Amino acid sequence: MWDYSDKVKEHFFNPKNAGAVAGANAIGEVGSISCGDALRLTLLVNDKTEVIEDAGFQTFGCGSAIASSSVLTEIIKGLTLDEALKVTNQDIAKELDGLPPEKMHCSVMGREALQAAVANYRGEEWQDDHEEGALVCKCFAIDAVMIEEMVWANKLRTVEDVTNYTKAGGGCAACHEDIEAILERVLRERGETFDPNAAPVEAPILAVAEKKPLTNLQRIKKIEEVLNSLRPQLMADGGDVELVEVVGNTAYVNMTGACSGCQMASMTIAGIQQRLMEVLGEFIKVVPASQMPKSELVQVVAHA
Amino acid sequence: MRDIYLDNNATTKVDRAVVDAMIPYFTEQFGNPSSIHRFADGVAKAIKKARSQVQEILGAEHDSEVIFTSCGTESDSTAILSALKCQPSRKEIITTAVEHAAILNLCDALEKDGYTIHRLPVDRCGRLNLEAYKSMLSDNVAIVSVMWANNETGTIFPVEEMAEMAHAAGVMFHTDAVQAVGKIPMMLQDTKIDMLSLSGHKLHAPKGIGVLYLRRGTRFRPLLRGGHQERGRRAGTENTASIVGLGKACELALEHMEFENTQVKAMRDRLERGIVEQIPHCFVTGDLNNRLPNTTDIAFEYIEGEAILMLLNKAGIAASSGSACTSGSLEPSHVMRAMQIPYTAAHGTIRFSFSRYNTMSEVDEVLKVMPDIVASLRRLSPYWDGEGPVANPEQAFQPTYA
Repeated sequence: MWDYSDKVKEHFFNPKNAGAVAGANAIGEVGSISCGDALRLTLLVNDKTEVIEDAGFQTFGCGSAIASSSVLTEIIKGLTLDEALKVTNQDIAKELDGLPPEKMHCSVMGREALQAAVANYRGEEWQDDHEEGALVCKCFAIDAVMIEEMVWANKLRTVEDVTNYTKAGGGCAACHEDIEAILERVLRERGETFDPNAAPVEAPILAVAEKKPLTNLQRIKKIEEVLNSLRPQLMADGGDVELVEVVGNTAYVNMTGACSGCQMASMTIAGIQQRLMEVLGEFIKVVPASQMPKSELVQVVAHA
Repeated sequence: MRDIYLDNNATTKVDRAVVDAMIPYFTEQFGNPSSIHRFADGVAKAIKKARSQVQEILGAEHDSEVIFTSCGTESDSTAILSALKCQPSRKEIITTAVEHAAILNLCDALEKDGYTIHRLPVDRCGRLNLEAYKSMLSDNVAIVSVMWANNETGTIFPVEEMAEMAHAAGVMFHTDAVQAVGKIPMMLQDTKIDMLSLSGHKLHAPKGIGVLYLRRGTRFRPLLRGGHQERGRRAGTENTASIVGLGKACELALEHMEFENTQVKAMRDRLERGIVEQIPHCFVTGDLNNRLPNTTDIAFEYIEGEAILMLLNKAGIAASSGSACTSGSLEPSHVMRAMQIPYTAAHGTIRFSFSRYNTMSEVDEVLKVMPDIVASLRRLSPYWDGEGPVANPEQAFQPTYA
């Protein structure tokens, strides 16, 4: 069974705002093709203020789909439509204390239902802006469509390329066979053949590992560089990372935004560590700042 | 109230008597059966006894036709890969669309390597078309692999007849019988089945032990080569305690065969009837007249299986679902899709699978909670309105799919 948070279970066992809102003037109906779940969101919007006065959901789906729907209605009640449109699927997942990677699409379905309902209220046609494929990388929740698009767009050739561009395959590495299958298919369509030993494309790579041992200042600068290069990916997921302190070969970082409390935070940290080691050419341990020993905390204060 | 376990097609509790039979082979008789000293002298005899116990439940002619493996999946892979290796000129495999992943994913991989895979479809009751099967048999086919009974619906395939047909066409026949062994009687010596897979943990033996039945004279190439264990057909030091446990489990299963087909069946039938009578808009899937005695798979329309399981679990009841969301892959059950069950029902299928440890009072407990569970989820469903489904459900609710 899935490892659901208590929050997910609470919203599943005691869903809020279940059922259709009477006299609703905004209705969104969406489904997720990957698992057949579907959701109807009904809103009562104040014509003058555009405030969502009531929200109700009807969901055909699993535990996390019902919990995502329930928590969505709680989040958006009392918001104006413009405010509500700023709600992301990460907001929904965060409110549920995280969702398993395979279940993140339930939160996406919630956000899409909201967009569809607002479009319905405004008399617009809602267009779905993303396509969902089968989940390939379970460590970083990357699906096949995403990988395929990146392979096409950036002319990627190897598994390493795919990891550099999408994070997929950067964790446990169990999905490398599936990634190779995608590469084989796309490369064939492009008229090339897949070669596992091909030179990587020009990856968003920083510097080649340096031979000389680094001074502490150089090390900190390098670490900052690497973190800055990884930040756009994290921010795209609604999260961020900041460097708190470097002690010897240990880098203490703060995961913020959607990264904090995300069930994949530890995988993300492992990915950052891997990257740092590649670029610095030495062993680096990345540890959440919350686990910093007290004696080193004193140092931080002293620095400040 | 004690928790109620109705997921015996997934795995079973190890019988107490099986555990007791195994313990000495961890603690006292722990020697390698190949060794010549007193820590090992009883082990080889114990394995021989276990082999004859397995022989008996399968109705095999010789005990040397029993090869111990690590699991059903290993037995399946060994059987199919052996047939391909023995007959390099034959590049086709016949199987069904509703096999276990142990067969289907292996076939998918072989397809990428250039083999042709024929996947027999099933009708809405999960039955095969034997005419279509017959037309596929040819000199190009290396092996036919058809499960004896389906794990989701319990539907039994006519493997004995299909093996005769394969034999007549000069084609090897394998059956994945992990769900059937111990639940229905079999007498392999009277059939033309060449190979059969069995898994210990489906019949109250531990996980990690399986058997490949290999008819004497069937051409064979081992998957694992190495030592002389299992007459060189499956190298690797024997899992002695589990082999002894499996032997004991087979003996017990044979003793309970009649109980399984009368008492266990009666529990299954009572649950099934009770649910279908009490709950509107649900139906039993599979071939109702040709099923394992312990299995029922019921589709509850307009709601989703994982949600049902979570509520059942809260009530202390363990079952499983063919819904997409319960598997790690999010793929809807290929068995339900193959039977063309509409998705508003396929996603709400719940499988209850019994064992001799269940009781009638447990059936009554499930019947007490099931109607409320289904009703509470239907209140949340966009396809449901008050006491019944909305008119023309699939037209009334047409979400935009991403």
